[in-house]
Amino acid sequence: MWPETDRVKTLALDVADWPGHRAGQHVDVRLTADDGYQAQRSYSIASAAGGPRVELTVERIDDGEVSPYLTEEAHTGDRFELRGPVGGYFVWDPDPHGAVFLVGGGSGVVPLMAMIRQRAANHDAVPTRLLYSARSWEDVIYRDELERSRNHGEGLEIVFTLTREQPPGWTGYSRRVDRELLSEVAPTELALTFLCGPTPFVEAVAESLVGLGHAPSRIKIERFGPTGG
Amino acid sequence: MPIISRGFKGRRRDDAPRDRVPPGQYVTDDFPVLSAGPTPHTPLDQWDFTIVGEVDERRRWTWDELRALPSETITVDISCVTKWTKLDTIWEGVPVDTLLEGVETSAEYLTAFCDGGYTTNLPLADVTDGQAWVAYGYDGEPLEPEHGGPARLLVPHLYFWKSAKWVRGLRLTATDEPGFWESNGYHNYGDPWKEQRYWGD
Repeated sequence: MWPETDRVKTLALDVADWPGHRAGQHVDVRLTADDGYQAQRSYSIASAAGGPRVELTVERIDDGEVSPYLTEEAHTGDRFELRGPVGGYFVWDPDPHGAVFLVGGGSGVVPLMAMIRQRAANHDAVPTRLLYSARSWEDVIYRDELERSRNHGEGLEIVFTLTREQPPGWTGYSRRVDRELLSEVAPTELALTFLCGPTPFVEAVAESLVGLGHAPSRIKIERFGPTGG
Repeated sequence: MPIISRGFKGRRRDDAPRDRVPPGQYVTDDFPVLSAGPTPHTPLDQWDFTIVGEVDERRRWTWDELRALPSETITVDISCVTKWTKLDTIWEGVPVDTLLEGVETSAEYLTAFCDGGYTTNLPLADVTDGQAWVAYGYDGEPLEPEHGGPARLLVPHLYFWKSAKWVRGLRLTATDEPGFWESNGYHNYGDPWKEQRYWGD
């Protein structure tokens, strides 16, 4: 396991009989205390499918129940109960007949990263653009990998907006995603949008995209709830 | 045997009555939002609720007609498949029994259909006898759009994806036809007390 940001860690799990998954799917992780008390939560898979390795990227929710354990107590060699993969809707489509727009807010980038990785692994030619809204450059998950992917192009474009704090010399966007920003960033020939983040973020982005004329049925949404963690 | 998570204590809520919290759920005071697409906003003068399919005659209510039907205020616990349970939620709505009154049908199932294209399937027997409502009020206020307003189905004894948001009608069917989540990996029936979350549960 390794840190992605101050609040976010990735856990690489070795699952011997893993059946494979589709990018965008999640798993349920169940923890059991020594007196039998159990708690379970869903986490998006961050890795592309292939082999027994499943990576989960987990943001610590301070008053959460499972995420503080996974990000602070767990260490290499621990075993977890997993259920999954789950979900057949918010999943990468290698042939959407047009461009794909990935819009992530905060840790909502996790299932989108699985799609970017799966796209690269498949050598999919689908024109794809990621719009990633984070509070600051330090809060950008997968920063180095996204920077490398951005430089290698091949039909993948990455646009950041940093809503609270920007590094010196920042030339990118520095505000919350609004309709004007979307009108500048959304691909032309847009076939499918995957939108993931906290509820206020996805509500605002979805409403703006519909207002710009994008078909509601072509906007797939996954929400990261504010509770529990 | 479950794997014991070394050092895991958990955040137990001793005030949560175990006989009201289904297995694998935790109690929240928030009201999280879950939906797979954008929130629809249908103007009330274009809104209606219909009962169609295997029925003697199609039934239809405009918004004003639905609101004029006798309503009930109900207090129920709700459980979402994403693991949260919310106790003592207060709703106002029309019992589905009222809407089905006088409807002649041989159907045993139904599909609730919604603005935005969402569907969910239920046995007819699960929405009758005071088990389901078309709800338009929550906690004394009109139901907010992100929670399914103007009206959503309320079937509190099943996981909450069965309580379809933005519901526009019921299609009665002879056969059981899996809806949106039921076709995408989630359990066909969804009893929280049996933890029927996913295919195979």
